[in-house]
Amino acid sequence: MAEHYDVVIVGAGPAGLAATEAALANGARVACLDAHANLGGQVWRKDSAHGWPRRARRIINTLLAHPAMTWLPQTQVIAADAGELLLQDEKHALHISHNALIIATGARELLLPFPGWTLPGVTGAAGLQALSKQGWPLTGRRVAIAGSGPLLLAAAVTARRHGARVLGIYEQASEAAVRDFARTLWRWPGKAWQAAMLRSQLADIPYRCGSVVTRAKGDGALQSIDIDGPHGTQRLECDQLAVGYGLVPNVELAQMLGCALRQEGAHPCVNVDALQRTDKSGVYAAGEACGIGGRECAWFEGRIAGLAATGASVGATLLKQQQHARAFAATLHQHFKLDPYVHNLAMPDTLICRCEDVPLRALDGYDDARSAKLATRCGMGACQGRICGTALAELGRFARSGQRPPLFPARLSTLGEISSLSDTEGFVS
Amino acid sequence: MSALSLRIQIDGETISVPAGISVAAAIARLPRAFRRSVSGQARAPFCGMGICFECRVRIDGVAQQRACMVPVRDGMQVATDG
Repeated sequence: MAEHYDVVIVGAGPAGLAATEAALANGARVACLDAHANLGGQVWRKDSAHGWPRRARRIINTLLAHPAMTWLPQTQVIAADAGELLLQDEKHALHISHNALIIATGARELLLPFPGWTLPGVTGAAGLQALSKQGWPLTGRRVAIAGSGPLLLAAAVTARRHGARVLGIYEQASEAAVRDFARTLWRWPGKAWQAAMLRSQLADIPYRCGSVVTRAKGDGALQSIDIDGPHGTQRLECDQLAVGYGLVPNVELAQMLGCALRQEGAHPCVNVDALQRTDKSGVYAAGEACGIGGRECAWFEGRIAGLAATGASVGATLLKQQQHARAFAATLHQHFKLDPYVHNLAMPDTLICRCEDVPLRALDGYDDARSAKLATRCGMGACQGRICGTALAELGRFARSGQRPPLFPARLSTLGEISSLSDTEGFVS
Repeated sequence: MSALSLRIQIDGETISVPAGISVAAAIARLPRAFRRSVSGQARAPFCGMGICFECRVRIDGVAQQRACMVPVRDGMQVATDG
């Protein structure tokens, strides 16, 4: 028997929390679920040593104490149908049903292949930040941070807070682009303040623009990296490399539900109207899933979705705040646009699919994900092409293939439950 | 750091770790890979947020668990294939 909720919210980051808060305030019975053990998502991830950021802690504690709120930790959606979800937590499979569904699945990092990217010691930039907060041992470790965007600064601050020796930050965007970006910040005083705080905490760490890590080397684990910059190539010895090229929306759940998507650059995001409604009745989406917009944008959109999903009116001020936050994202994308150089770092023998160890060479001659997968196993592993498929889309090879259940690898006992969802077409065991 | 400390076993070796950290962060305290890829390469956490599955290990007898998504519990048994 499926437990029924007025509103189910998938994802407990800023968008999911804002949606939860708004829906609860309107008297709804709400379930909020997340694959992680704690609420907060990535940007408000609970730090094992320092707890949540203050604002997040206050919000989270209030929500958890609310009698109409059910929090489902370490829970993932495995299959979905209109009004119904099949979930899996650490031990069980469970069905829940809902009047409204809010997709607040956030984003993952854009991780691009280059020689040596599979070595232990190489992580994403947001990846290292997440690992730091999980208690990853960094004391005295030499860390290089690379890729693109303001997130690199945040990753550096977090790594340092956990005892890392940050050797440098290597940004692919040119110095001119980064300077132009800084000049636009007056329109978003909060962002300008944030940026100034980060920079002042990192004043003694080299920040090199127009610089790209082209290779990681090591015998079984990372030992050094090559950095290509305006003044030639530099070799740097380090223990960890944190490299991320921005964020990509997690649209798999929306895609499986058949919601309309739109392209933002090489990657899809969920198409919503001003009230965060998708084209499927009762299904809303908010935050990074609707296009990378940042924390404030996610918060406003979550709030809009939570209000709309419970039939409350959405004020003009809130809509205006959301639009202003989205405009910041547009500026960010424009100034930190990826140099085509970073699309061409992988060599013919560089592994693209890390699950199935498929090198770039093996993918020559394929122009769609499905044929490449059938012939080479590229994208057939545990991550279901989330890493390689996204990278190949960014590299201009081919788009990721569509999403079928299970949404994540699931236990056999859970898969057995899929047949009890009303529409199981398209599921191949 | 949390004052609370837990004891877990990784590949039969008992270690003390702070409460609240992930299994991935616990394994990283020992010199070993998390898993071997299909062609035998050593692998370790990459995305840190449950997307890439590079950190998968066996936890309390259940295979294919993402070490970055599971907090440590006292008495937990972890097996890598590193």
